[in-house]
Amino acid sequence: MEWETVIGLEIHAQLATRSKIFSGASTAFGAPPNTQACLVDLGYPGVLPVLNGAAVRMAVKFGLAIGARIAPRSVFARKNYFYPDLPKGYQISQYELPVVSNGSVEIETEAGGSKRIGVTRAHLEEDAGKSLHEDFKGMSGIDLNRAGTPLLEIVSEPDMRSAKEAVAYMKKIHSLVRYLEICDGNMQEGSFRCDANVSVRRKGETKFGTRCELKNINSFRFVERAINHEVQRQIELIEGGGRVAQETRLYDPDRNETRSMRSKEEANDYRYFPDPDLLPLEIAPAFIAEVKKTLPELPDQKKTRLMQQYGLSAYDAGALIASRELADYYETVAKTAGVEPKLAANWIMGELSAALNKDNLEVTASPVSAAMLAGMLKRIQDNTISGKLAKEVFEAMWAGEGDADAVISKKGLRQITDASAIEKIIEDVMSGNPGQLAAYRSGKDKLFAFFVGQVMKATQGKANPQQVNELLLKKLKG
Amino acid sequence: MHTKTLAELARDLRARKYSSEELTRACLARIERFNPDLNAFISVLREQALTDARAADVRISKGGAGPLTGLPIVHKDIFCTRGVKTSCGSKMLDNFVAPYDATIVERLKTAGTVLLGKTNMDEFAMGSSNETSFYGPVKNPWDPRRVPGGSSGGSAAAVAARLAPAATGTDTGGSIRQPAAFTNLTGLKPTYGRVSRYGMIAFASSLDQAGVITHTAADAALLMQAIAGFDARDSTSVDRPVPDYTAELERPLKGLRIGLPKEFFDKSLDARVGDAVHAALAVYRQHGATVHDISLPNFWLSVPTYYVVAPAECSSNLSRFDGVRFGHRCENPLDLMDLYTRSRGEGFGAEVKRRIMTGTYVLSAGYYDAYYLKAQQTRALIRQDFLEALRQVDVIMGPTAPTPAFGLGEKTGDPITMYLNDIYANGVNLAGLPGISIPMGFVDKLPVGLQIIGNYFDESRLLAAAHQYQLETDWHTRIPKGFE
Repeated sequence: MEWETVIGLEIHAQLATRSKIFSGASTAFGAPPNTQACLVDLGYPGVLPVLNGAAVRMAVKFGLAIGARIAPRSVFARKNYFYPDLPKGYQISQYELPVVSNGSVEIETEAGGSKRIGVTRAHLEEDAGKSLHEDFKGMSGIDLNRAGTPLLEIVSEPDMRSAKEAVAYMKKIHSLVRYLEICDGNMQEGSFRCDANVSVRRKGETKFGTRCELKNINSFRFVERAINHEVQRQIELIEGGGRVAQETRLYDPDRNETRSMRSKEEANDYRYFPDPDLLPLEIAPAFIAEVKKTLPELPDQKKTRLMQQYGLSAYDAGALIASRELADYYETVAKTAGVEPKLAANWIMGELSAALNKDNLEVTASPVSAAMLAGMLKRIQDNTISGKLAKEVFEAMWAGEGDADAVISKKGLRQITDASAIEKIIEDVMSGNPGQLAAYRSGKDKLFAFFVGQVMKATQGKANPQQVNELLLKKLKG
Repeated sequence: MHTKTLAELARDLRARKYSSEELTRACLARIERFNPDLNAFISVLREQALTDARAADVRISKGGAGPLTGLPIVHKDIFCTRGVKTSCGSKMLDNFVAPYDATIVERLKTAGTVLLGKTNMDEFAMGSSNETSFYGPVKNPWDPRRVPGGSSGGSAAAVAARLAPAATGTDTGGSIRQPAAFTNLTGLKPTYGRVSRYGMIAFASSLDQAGVITHTAADAALLMQAIAGFDARDSTSVDRPVPDYTAELERPLKGLRIGLPKEFFDKSLDARVGDAVHAALAVYRQHGATVHDISLPNFWLSVPTYYVVAPAECSSNLSRFDGVRFGHRCENPLDLMDLYTRSRGEGFGAEVKRRIMTGTYVLSAGYYDAYYLKAQQTRALIRQDFLEALRQVDVIMGPTAPTPAFGLGEKTGDPITMYLNDIYANGVNLAGLPGISIPMGFVDKLPVGLQIIGNYFDESRLLAAAHQYQLETDWHTRIPKGFE
């Protein structure tokens, strides 16, 4: 039996405002519990919410970036349920009339093509606080620092057909919100979270299967694993004669499994209704036009431009635009006179990325600045160093030993390009290995590599490899 | 001095006929003497009041006094008052000391008023008789066997008994106007959005509005000047200039077009109250106003609409009282659900529970469209009726309540008849319009009130119409027996 997976994602992006969505309290992460919760966040009697304009601006920015409709009038509603970390007993969200609707993004598929994923809506809402169940001896602690933090909930259409597509979509949104500077994208701190609606159906079936909502999948890796696990569970269930029950399931990354949290029957009746404390949010065309002017170059635009401007492949350009900072780094290097853009791309995607990963650094914190890398690449291109020596230079720069020229002169890494000097060394090697020379000349071509190795060894790797090749070939012939 | 109006007391203080401290002591003495019977106060702030009065006297002597400096007032216990118990008439908040001042409290404090105490009220402002208070019913100074009206019953009783010259109140469906009518006072409910709701404990957010209960329209104008105006902390407050209410009192009655809705004069109205309205209208006519018959065809929908909208909002607004962060918490909760159910079960009284249940029901999946959404539609019709009428006339007049004050316990067994006592009041809140109740005579020796309803932000016209009437009549000067 062939099965098709259907996935829709709900992404919660914490908006990077300085204060909360309905109060003046700070949104900074990591403060001692309950020190960043004012009376409004605590839901005190008599207090009232006042909407943070910066959050609205960010939502509009996002809407414009995905080609969505910006509602001229949207409404905040109350989602009512009791929980100790929800101080008012309701969450202020948007329900029937969200600020952003009907947008889309393009993702790359595994086959190398591209696919449009619809974004049904994105709405503004406030986050709840946190319940802490450990360390309180049979009681629970409540930290309301996070209560009232602005969130943009981005709801996709059920357009994804594999866990890989879901990850590609999530990465796309992640990159977009960071390009727009509306979310720091920090998944460890919970600034970017994801729930997935997953169902399966037989290939060719047009009706959707019964879906389960997966909660708590807060890394790209977990999204893929959780969805794959859930898909497998649903298929096995149906093939075993069972039925999928509509429910909310929690992903446990330690055991790589999903567990039932609550069934549809147990779901709350949230009794949504328009929040009478807040007026409908009205957005004028002039405001939208003004926000439009602040939009940066978006990832897709940047990719196309990098391909055209620097002659990069789609793959290279796609990798370099992963973040705005990486692309900026690349462009600084590629624009430096005497640097070949393709060479720059190779080094950034190769050595630099590996080094950053190894030391767990952001590109903005790289010990090798864009100018330093460009300086080194120039030395490759003017034949001062070979590509092999360059790796040594790069490591030294990474370790803080100065720029490329300083490292080259300090370590004497300058390449030997003097033909007569190389010839002299070749002659020494030939006379030192008469047996191998005779064998080569009697037809053992493979010994060529042996002579290259000997020459490089004699020059401590500094001889220009291309020249060594050419001169050896000529000399060995005799 | 207890028989004087706020405006007269203000003149006397400025003329140094007596000090704010003397005036405050006189009020406190009357509270001490009469409050044990009336039960108008939840808290009396004796020491704080005297300290504030002395500070006001210093300011007066230095010539830095404003129009309200040194005048004693009382606040309904729904307004958060920093460092003072703010109970909202509920056991739920019996232990709640507000950590901040409501905007209205802050503005009146800044204006130099002296707060004598916090007044009794129906629990969470849900009631029309002040009988739902956790602190017990308030008695009507005109007849101790009768209710003072509600929910601002404590404020009305305190002013009517001359324990304080003026009070704040709140009006969600008549809670300022009906008690004012029952106690022979002037009660103004401003336009929704005219006075900040920040710090006023919410009952039904789209209907709640703060206002004042005073002896005269001129006194109401004085207080309104201090409390009206935009507040950035309340998104529903309106940023619009505040007129000079006192100056506008002089607007003459000549040419004033008064609308008389025929729907207000049906069988539910005590005919003697209707006669009093007509007698009042005669005074208006004498002074050049014209009276026109108008119709509010959807008026009959206002009580049912109100009892969907208000409970719906209250069911959500009162969710924050969960025993977790403040207010009543049950003893030794077994688990979270036990904490919620017992804290709320013990903390809320019967009427509050009834409305939370009604509101939860009308918002539930499957019932929302039939009740809440339908009520929003009928609310729009009610509003349209008023606006249509106010295109033809300047103000609408009628009775504030269908009867004079009813007896204690008379309606507690039947919520519907209790609700119907606000039949003329509810619609004004649903439309968000301003309304004022002023004394217009007596039925069975009990005061009855004339309601004047105006267009949005037309408080000055209402106050002027009330003031001009009070210049021609003396109903508002009558003092209940035993309190002279």
